[in-house]
Amino acid sequence: MLHLITELSKYTMIILFALYTYQCFSALKRSVDKEEQAEKYKSQVLYMYLFHLNAYAVLYLSMDKNVEILKFYLMQAAFFAVVQICYSLFYRRVSRLVVNNMCMLMCIGFVILTRLSYDHAVKQFQIAVASMAVTMLIPYFISRFKYLKSLTWLYALAGITMLGVVAVLGAVSHGAKLSFSVAGIAVQPSEFIKIIFVFFVASMFYESTEFIQVARATVIAGLHVIILVLSKDLGAGLIFFIAYMVMLYVATRKLYYFAGGLFCGAVASVIAYHLFNHVRVRVVAWQDPLAVFEREGNQVANSLFAIGTGGWFGMGLNQGMPNKIPEVKQDFIFSAVAEELGGIFAICLILVCVSCFLMFLNIAMQMKDSFYKLVALGLGTIYGFQILLSVGGDIKFIPSTGVTLPLVSYGGSSLLSTLIIFAIIQGLYLLRERTEAERLAEQKQKGKTAGTKNSGKKKPPKRKGGITSHEKNIHGTKVEDFD
Amino acid sequence: MKKISTEQKSKTLTKRSKNREFVIITYLFVGVFIMMMGYFAYFQIFRSEDFINSPYNTRQNMFAEHVVRGEIRSSDGKTLAQTIVGEDGTETRYYPYGSMFAHAVGYDSNGKSGIESFGNFSLLRSHAFFLEQVLNGIQDKKNQGDNIVTTLDYRLQEAAYQALGGNRGAVVALEPSSGKLLAMVSRPDFDPNTIEAEWDSIISNTDSENSILVNRVTQGLYPPGSTFKILTTLEYLREHPDYEDYSYECTGTIAMENTEIHCYANAVHGTEDLQTSFAKSCNTSYANIGLGLDKKKFANLCNDLLFQTNLPISYPSNQSSFKLEQTSNTDEVTQMAIGQGETLVTPLHMALITSAIANNGILMRPYIIDHTENYKGVAVKNYKSSAYGALITTEEAQKLQGFMSKVVSEGTGSKLSGQSYQAAGKTGSAEFSNNKEESHAWFTGYASMEDKGSIVVTVIVENGGAGSTTAVPIAKQVFDTYFSR
Repeated sequence: MLHLITELSKYTMIILFALYTYQCFSALKRSVDKEEQAEKYKSQVLYMYLFHLNAYAVLYLSMDKNVEILKFYLMQAAFFAVVQICYSLFYRRVSRLVVNNMCMLMCIGFVILTRLSYDHAVKQFQIAVASMAVTMLIPYFISRFKYLKSLTWLYALAGITMLGVVAVLGAVSHGAKLSFSVAGIAVQPSEFIKIIFVFFVASMFYESTEFIQVARATVIAGLHVIILVLSKDLGAGLIFFIAYMVMLYVATRKLYYFAGGLFCGAVASVIAYHLFNHVRVRVVAWQDPLAVFEREGNQVANSLFAIGTGGWFGMGLNQGMPNKIPEVKQDFIFSAVAEELGGIFAICLILVCVSCFLMFLNIAMQMKDSFYKLVALGLGTIYGFQILLSVGGDIKFIPSTGVTLPLVSYGGSSLLSTLIIFAIIQGLYLLRERTEAERLAEQKQKGKTAGTKNSGKKKPPKRKGGITSHEKNIHGTKVEDFD
Repeated sequence: MKKISTEQKSKTLTKRSKNREFVIITYLFVGVFIMMMGYFAYFQIFRSEDFINSPYNTRQNMFAEHVVRGEIRSSDGKTLAQTIVGEDGTETRYYPYGSMFAHAVGYDSNGKSGIESFGNFSLLRSHAFFLEQVLNGIQDKKNQGDNIVTTLDYRLQEAAYQALGGNRGAVVALEPSSGKLLAMVSRPDFDPNTIEAEWDSIISNTDSENSILVNRVTQGLYPPGSTFKILTTLEYLREHPDYEDYSYECTGTIAMENTEIHCYANAVHGTEDLQTSFAKSCNTSYANIGLGLDKKKFANLCNDLLFQTNLPISYPSNQSSFKLEQTSNTDEVTQMAIGQGETLVTPLHMALITSAIANNGILMRPYIIDHTENYKGVAVKNYKSSAYGALITTEEAQKLQGFMSKVVSEGTGSKLSGQSYQAAGKTGSAEFSNNKEESHAWFTGYASMEDKGSIVVTVIVENGGAGSTTAVPIAKQVFDTYFSR
């Protein structure tokens, strides 16, 4: 009977998550108006709760019917409810889609972590609650504090000092040290410095995009990357590099910067391959993991066993052997999801991450102020590129770089820093609404003085209109016309 | 009105151009995301099987908790392995034909081998009708796993098994046009029904030559003896377009730097051309040929013909090897030319070379699982035959076919002449120790008959004496059975 429930749940969970994913994209269609959109987002929340319930029902039944699991489930459900309520109470104008995706990704993370290791899941949940409480304030600050763009050199100083300290500590102890301990909690500074780094680059290019400014920014950015590479955190180094190249290209609008930068990056990769053994190991494992199964290929091969054996529909929760993959809770969480929840579910997971990425880039295009545009772009690039590195490494699309899957993987620093990124994005949505509202209010004033007839006639063409940019519709809180 | 709309249009235009780079970056990322999802799908559809069936993958066995292992069958409908479920639910793997299919089908306790190993995933998946699976689930009953239908032909396997008798050695038969493995016998063997009880005594015998677990067809490495003259001949054909003018006077021996090469059983063949040298398997003539060959080209030819290469087969296999360098002395070169010295081959490798010759140069990938089906007989997956590639040209293949026919019509394979089918092949008697009296008996060849297709058979009998007297009759029994259908 238990087997039947697990088997059937495989399909119901896939269907629920597929419906959820479908709504992520169907809500973005031009023809969808505001109310419909709100309905769709509500249905997403419903699918999430149903998935959550279904998953924990299976976990409860298959994990010796431990009552702790039920308690844990109820606490999570309450947590998601509180997050949803807080956002609807305090931040009505943020993107509901981003809120939903944030909850959904954490939800999948809790489910798969509970299956992998109950204790780690509980720890992850505690960190999530604490992080959420802190980051809940960030949207407010972002939308109010205007001096963020003038702290340029403070960002640079903070970033380089922190990275430098870790690198030196690492060199003193032994080889690769990416984190230090504060009050018993391991902190991985590069997770936070990447956010500061984005603010640094954005404020630099906000000031000017003259050659001399570009040169200054490049030196500082290069310093970040070099320190990271020297402390063997290649994944992070790559993320910083790509984020900088993208921001440089968009800010200066010069394609040759971008192309030249990527070319230099490619040359540097080749040099790194010949210089560092730990780079070669990854490439060897990527080329043919089975040939070097006993050594380098073990992790990737195990990941592919998991994904392959899981197939499109998965083995069913608690029916696979994801714990055979080294580092499965952090870098290889995607393989565990693919193994037990199935390939279709895994594709939907990628699509939800893509949906987040699109919402990040969407707000970047919506903002008027170039500083905020660049911040959203930088954070979006970091997020999107991290998905590529993590998932791509797990499925052997690219060599594995040891990067976590944001919001799903286990790890306090990764979770907190991603929640900060999401909160900053929500802050930008708020900011956009405020300036938009101000602008419209001004326009309305003007319109009234110009004549009342006009505003009355304006409505019909707008409803049908191809003129209303669809970008306006993308976020869930389209501004009402005031007339 | 008009004024407003144009004004708004220009506004959206400037906005769009202002965001041009953002749009490019978005498309770039979305493009890579799509490629990644495409790769994921590609992996699931085309590549996952390699990983699922890897012996390192221990996940498969979890399926056994919910599935009764399926059956393995021969192509003519005989059950070769099945799981019998007792009243108390205990499962026993039963092999109706005992040791006859031991190495081909394999065993399923104390590890796995053969089809039981690389077909494990299929045997433990159930494609039974889904309502039945639901019903089983409610009653906590196991589903019946899928069956594997092999390309093995029971009658051929039986014929090969009986013909080899108590000898140590191997027989392999395959269809050159498709690559289907029809029979695979390796002896000494074991009874998979009792292997669990005998396991300790089996593995305590650490001598790999005597190990009954070694599948001699794919893992046995033997000196090829005169069967290797196929390759020597091919190299000679390539280097000498005027090979028809070749002539040699055999006196029974030829002196090298340090050794003397004798013809088998000290025969004296007299004046002979290339075809006769091949048919009579004249060692002295081939030593003479070997001396004139380009060492580098000869080595390349061997490598092209799957020496030092993993054979395309699901069974664990060994690589055939040879040693020929620019610095090799005449002793080494002549030994190589007659298939002695340091050259070692597996019987399957000889069968594949023969298969390519019989199939006009194209080697078909050998395979043994024809299809899988659910326990009610509904097909689940069909395995198609595929070409490995052209090992030699059609012209070369046809020339070698002519040479090998001569072996049967007037040479060492004469026991195969005058049959309802046309046979061709090459015998060998390979010395394996300092005792010149002892040799392994080889035969590798093929036979065909109009409307009944063709079949390749390779036989080795360890310490069996002359190929022509020991190995050829065994091949004949397999040919006879095949064409008596």
